[in-house]
Amino acid sequence: MKPKVAFYWCASCGGCDEAIIDLDETLLDLLSSVEIVFWPAAMDFKLKDLQGMANGSILVSFINGAIRNSDQREMAELLRARSRMVVAFGSCAQLGGIPGLANLSGAKSIFAEVYPGGVTPRSFHQENGHALRLPDFFDNVSALGSVVDVDYYVPGCPPTPSIIREAINRLMGAELPPKGTVLAPDKALCETCPRKDTRPEKLLVREFKRTHQILPDQQTCLLAQGLVCLGPGTRAGCEAKCIDGNMPCTGCFGPTSRVRDFGAKALSAVASVADCNEEALTEEVMNGVPDPAGTFYRYSLPSSLLTPQHME
Amino acid sequence: MVAREYKYLCSDPGQELIRQDIRDHNLDRIIVAACSPHLHEHTFRQAVGQAGLNPYFFHMVNLREHDAWVHTDKAAATAKAMDLVRAAGRRVKWHEPLGPRQVPIHPDVLVVGGGIAGIDAALTMANAGKHVYLVEREATIGGHMAQFDKTFPTLDCAACILTPKMTAVRSHRNITLWTWSEVQKVEGYVGNFSVTVRRKPRYVLEDLCVGCLECIQACVYKQAKVPDAFNLGLGKRKPIYIPFPQAVPQVVVIDPETCIEFKSGKCRKTCVEVCAERHAIDFQQKEEIQTIQVGTIVLATGFEVFDATRIPYYGYGLYPNVYTALEIERLVNASGPTGGDIVMRDGRKPETVGIVHCVGSRDEHTNRYCSRVCCMYSLKLAHLIKEKTGAEVYSFYIDIRAPGKAFEEFYNRVAEEGVVFVRGKVADIYPSDGGRRLILQVEDTLLSMVRKIPVDMVVLSTGLEPRPDADEVRRLFNIGCSREGFFLERHPKLAPVSTFADGIFVAGCCQAPKDIPDTVAQSGAAAAQALALIDAGMVDLEPNTAHVVEGACSGCKTCIPLCPYQAISFAEEKRALINEVLCKGCGTCVAACPSGSIRQNLFEDQQIFEEIEGVLAYA
Amino acid sequence: MPEAFEPKIVAFFCNWCTYLAADLAGTSRMKYAPNARIVRVMCSGRVDPQFVLEAFAKGADGVLIGGCHPGDCHYQEGNYKALRRCVLLRRLLHQMGIEDERFRLEWISAAEGERVKAVVNDMVEKLRALGPRVPLRHEEVA
Repeated sequence: MKPKVAFYWCASCGGCDEAIIDLDETLLDLLSSVEIVFWPAAMDFKLKDLQGMANGSILVSFINGAIRNSDQREMAELLRARSRMVVAFGSCAQLGGIPGLANLSGAKSIFAEVYPGGVTPRSFHQENGHALRLPDFFDNVSALGSVVDVDYYVPGCPPTPSIIREAINRLMGAELPPKGTVLAPDKALCETCPRKDTRPEKLLVREFKRTHQILPDQQTCLLAQGLVCLGPGTRAGCEAKCIDGNMPCTGCFGPTSRVRDFGAKALSAVASVADCNEEALTEEVMNGVPDPAGTFYRYSLPSSLLTPQHME
Repeated sequence: MVAREYKYLCSDPGQELIRQDIRDHNLDRIIVAACSPHLHEHTFRQAVGQAGLNPYFFHMVNLREHDAWVHTDKAAATAKAMDLVRAAGRRVKWHEPLGPRQVPIHPDVLVVGGGIAGIDAALTMANAGKHVYLVEREATIGGHMAQFDKTFPTLDCAACILTPKMTAVRSHRNITLWTWSEVQKVEGYVGNFSVTVRRKPRYVLEDLCVGCLECIQACVYKQAKVPDAFNLGLGKRKPIYIPFPQAVPQVVVIDPETCIEFKSGKCRKTCVEVCAERHAIDFQQKEEIQTIQVGTIVLATGFEVFDATRIPYYGYGLYPNVYTALEIERLVNASGPTGGDIVMRDGRKPETVGIVHCVGSRDEHTNRYCSRVCCMYSLKLAHLIKEKTGAEVYSFYIDIRAPGKAFEEFYNRVAEEGVVFVRGKVADIYPSDGGRRLILQVEDTLLSMVRKIPVDMVVLSTGLEPRPDADEVRRLFNIGCSREGFFLERHPKLAPVSTFADGIFVAGCCQAPKDIPDTVAQSGAAAAQALALIDAGMVDLEPNTAHVVEGACSGCKTCIPLCPYQAISFAEEKRALINEVLCKGCGTCVAACPSGSIRQNLFEDQQIFEEIEGVLAYA
Repeated sequence: MPEAFEPKIVAFFCNWCTYLAADLAGTSRMKYAPNARIVRVMCSGRVDPQFVLEAFAKGADGVLIGGCHPGDCHYQEGNYKALRRCVLLRRLLHQMGIEDERFRLEWISAAEGERVKAVVNDMVEKLRALGPRVPLRHEEVA
């Protein structure tokens, strides 16, 4: 009997599901060794298929996407019940992801922005004897771990093919890693970055630049060129693909196990190497990072120590 | 868990209570909730260690200075105390067993400042067999005491008691005397300081000059024309000079600002001619930078006289016959600019003199503090002036402060000699009689009337202030200053010569105004503290250093530029490596490391998070 | 009748300047508001922004960081790093809905006991006017 696996997407862009397809030939190996019992993103699976399964009958459910509404929570809870292991797959599930930035606003102001004119979605509508239910739109986005017990995390936006292969191997392996492990190296990206040696030993940055402001040199450390690269604070394992694309790391693999709040630590590291000691100059230098929340918490706002409080 | 209440835990029985409990109940963590850890953390750690438990399993909660002594709402203060103790309970669970870092103490000592405080400290330590560097900014040691005439209350001649000590410094085989020199940089830590000293050029070679002073005689300037700093501008010197006749070292100095050879390059250089045998004069001499290694440092940089022009209505600098007390010391001194005659700037001898106390002291417009010595030196000057001139002397005082040994008796003596004491702070001084006389306007608070007393000469009893560059100097040594700008002692009662920089001590007026007996006592104390360290051979440092978690560093190099002590290296392993001996435990690298790969002993992230959660548990 | 709101402040004080200043306020028996809880660090440079967020998350209404005056840091430059982090952190906190008055960085020297009193009293007053830092309903969902 082949082990059963499931893939599901919550508040997701679909990239994580595409990442499975991106496994190319390895996908065939995967398909020959497991039975995919639920993957609505790829094939025509229905809710009742899942409901009909026995609890614990799925070995691993890979759930991607963040939790934005009640339907996603319900699905996560159902998959949790049906599965022996739940893997939070991708940045949204692990940390809340880019959708998490919506936490800088609340449901009310989001609706006001998206639906000008005062007509906003409701969860329940009854007409002519027919009732229609839509999921409740939560005031905040959460990571998967906020609603169900998560066994492992596969990081990335999306996880790279090699990280996915690594993760699957470890999960199918004889000895499972400790519960809660992030299935990627526990060191920062600089460890494997091809430009590592070009960062000066004593780098202090006088001016922070944004990616549209300069054409970075293709060989030199991006932080040394003034771009805010979060590689020093981000877990390794992605083979520095963004750096190879001449773009700074934005932190999608999340923090190492030694850090509790990715954004706060990343902010600390970037601010500490700013070349300024005097208050007015410091304010000026920090203008080079005009959106700290978006910069440091691009993928991880819901998993911050501090959930934002809305200013309305 | 054992909880105890005891009034004086820091006492012997108190400490024994702790030790006994550790033994009886097999305790593995100890919290003392009492006073500031700055006072007794060390005491309690020792007690814990004596009972066989690692001393770093101890944590202290400050319930006294931070709670009981500063809050009036009892309920709120109690709730705060509970929060703090709870936080400590959660924190101390995460303490690790640590050992102190021991570093050796270099036996050499640096004394900065060659006044009576520095001289005395240097001699004491040199006599104890230690090698002392005495660095003095002026061209001679002696400081302000060398400018005094007689000292109160015994009326000993200042020079007579000072010069033998100055000579002893010069001839002591354990003292390296560097005058005309300044400390430029200090690096390192207790037991291991590396000090860079800038030796300014005298343009006279110290080893060759024998102090015959013939070069001064021979100088092309037949008359002395340059105002003489030692005599506070009341006398004159030549461009080549010796600060005062008994200067130590007995070596002349050339002032490049006024020497013709420096200004035009066209001097006959009669000084060089006359020094033909010794060849001691060298116009090409350059400054020298020397770096020395010492284990302890004593700061004895002295005071600055209050600038009386800051009180314009006293007329100093405006009316020629208004003097500061130190200027009078020079006038009264037999080796001063007037040969000991009290002669005013207009050439007359005064028949009436007014001495104004508390100039720049006890005054909310200038300095609030009392300068401690002015009443006594004012009495002394009153006595000397009266003795030398027979003039009518008035002393205008707020209080007469005569607390020391034989001080009150001296006051009585001076009063009996006929000095007139007026209790009132002088409000105004203005000229009359075409400028020949000065009127002191004062409210005599004993007679309850405003008086206008005409005098010929006014003496302003100026207070003592910190040196104008005290703030820069103290930064060199990484110590603090008090509100008034004097160097900050570690504890005003129990540690008056130590500072918050281990291994650096203070003595004399640089720490606070005081007279010569107190200065000498304090410099002895500083010497004793330094000797205690040196003779112990090793010193324990707090083990609150940072270290990189094994295998965690990714080599991002974020931390490297952040360490002010260059304790983090990179090159060898391409990983951050922290030198435990150089690390001072500030924790900056810990906070900055983006992957959380640096930890700090005693201030771990986990420990601090627990403290935060502990104080807010009932928020 | 609800009790008057008493703000809770977590204060990170550096050992050499601010902590000593608080000690001095104590030995001088100055009286000030009891709302602050001091967490001792060796240097303001040790204060990790994670600590600040944790303090707010766990219920602090205000966070105060106390360090030595610029140029006076016992460890030369730790306070400059604290300044750099705080300037950026304040902007982040603002985006996250935390008002500027809730987060303060103050320079207090070891001799400035009254400044400890003044700063704490001032901060308490401002926080009383702002009210509690109210966590979002959602924070209870997790």
